[in-house]
Amino acid sequence: MSLAWRGGRVMVASGCGGTGRELAAYADLAGLDFVTRSITLDPRPGSPGPRIAETPSGLVNAIGLQNPGLEHFLATELPWLVRAGARVHVSIVGSTLGEHADLARRLSRAPGVSGLEVNLSAPDQAGEGLFETREPFHAASVVAAVRREFSDDRPVLAKLRLDPSRAVETSRLVHEAGATAVVLGNALSAAMPDGRPGGLTGPAVAPVALRCVRDVCAVLPDLPVVAAGGVASPDDARRFLAAGAVAVQVGTALLHDPTTVARIAEALSRGET
Amino acid sequence: MTEARDPLHVDGELLATKKQGAYRLLTIAAPGIPQRFRAGTFVAVSTGEGRLARRALWIHRVKETGAYGPTLDVVVDPTGPGTTWLATRPVGTRLAVTGPLGRPFALPREPVSCVLVGEGHSAAAMFPLAEGLRERSCPVTLVVAAADEAHLLSALEARRSARAVTVVTADGSVGMRGQVAHHLPGILERADADVVYAAGPDATLRAAAAAAESRGAWSQVALERPLTCGTGLCQGCPVPVAGEDGIVRLVRDCIDGPVFRGDRVAWGALA
Repeated sequence: MSLAWRGGRVMVASGCGGTGRELAAYADLAGLDFVTRSITLDPRPGSPGPRIAETPSGLVNAIGLQNPGLEHFLATELPWLVRAGARVHVSIVGSTLGEHADLARRLSRAPGVSGLEVNLSAPDQAGEGLFETREPFHAASVVAAVRREFSDDRPVLAKLRLDPSRAVETSRLVHEAGATAVVLGNALSAAMPDGRPGGLTGPAVAPVALRCVRDVCAVLPDLPVVAAGGVASPDDARRFLAAGAVAVQVGTALLHDPTTVARIAEALSRGET
Repeated sequence: MTEARDPLHVDGELLATKKQGAYRLLTIAAPGIPQRFRAGTFVAVSTGEGRLARRALWIHRVKETGAYGPTLDVVVDPTGPGTTWLATRPVGTRLAVTGPLGRPFALPREPVSCVLVGEGHSAAAMFPLAEGLRERSCPVTLVVAAADEAHLLSALEARRSARAVTVVTADGSVGMRGQVAHHLPGILERADADVVYAAGPDATLRAAAAAAESRGAWSQVALERPLTCGTGLCQGCPVPVAGEDGIVRLVRDCIDGPVFRGDRVAWGALA
């Protein structure tokens, strides 16, 4: 395990823990690494329904980045999470390098932020009007802009696409640009049944995530890799940890069983299967 | 930090299953959930075989079942793969159950006249509400509606908890014929309704809200959306609802609802 990683081994993935309050009924948030849904500078209403479709062993979602914007997040959601004792990693996404830098600067001064996760891989960047990071050097430029404003030793995670053909190259560049770790990875680009762009998550994408994690860990042994993609059981978590990941994020499984994070964390700490 | 009102996620067991017209009535042991039930809340149930979305079911009744203590009755309308799976489970099946979820119906403080409208399987939510209102000495008129007799929840049971029961079927196989929406103004008039509660398809809820508003009555509607998590985590069930400030925002059906004031729902924007 890389010495650079100081977080826990089981994290709540972005977009699957609500504001934290909803999850608190099923899991003790104290000490838990909680990644928020992606926060933008301005509020976003999100897309109209239907937003989620069921597929074999997966879900396709088109939430449209619904979030209350940075101001409201700082005023209400962040203080609540901090009071609950969570280690808060704020997921950020923006339309320009400047927006990313703004978000990072203001969050660097907000009390209680444990770290940032830069969402470099929203499944529909063009449709959402986001800064496009198809090319690895574009992703690295965002990370550099964020790191410049979030400049202490708190972690900046770079959440990447589950694209085995670019994962190693992108990971190398974002690491050089200042990312503490990479998260592999986001929802796979997909389509809702009616054809609107969406993202596929759940156990259906786990083998793709495992391939990305394995490749990056093999080529870049000094870069901490956080695995995300279909983790639903302690065995799933162990498979990713055995492939070299320092931690796993649990997302879609929480929608199916909100106690999943607590159960996996407990099983790993007891060393059980 | 769980509190007495917080929902629980439990390993439940299917204790009994009974055909009721086109529906299946399931009795489930789900320890701790019945004690927290209030009318208008629901449970989310997992349905196996790689299906990740939960199925949301109105809690129809809480009752004592022998050695199991209080148990839940839910009504399953087998229209898709998940609900069909549920409707065909044998007794003894283990079921992951989360609940009670959502905001319940608000009950009036005074013994005012209430009309309860339940259409199709959604009428399940109205039976325990009728009992709660009766305990508060509210005169209750229960309207049970459906496309046909097979989709009508038992009107016989309804008579136990309501002063008056009206049955409406679209095909006229039982009770009054036609869409319940058309009969509502007259029913509200006869009951001299102060409050209208409704559960069912959007069109019926909208009609109930409109009929209430036109006579100056309050309305509360239980909106049904396909739910993914049911717990407020995924933001997958947006409904447009006006806040205290009159501004319409997309809120979550599962946790900000499913019960809303009828005059606050932006019916035209409902997707």
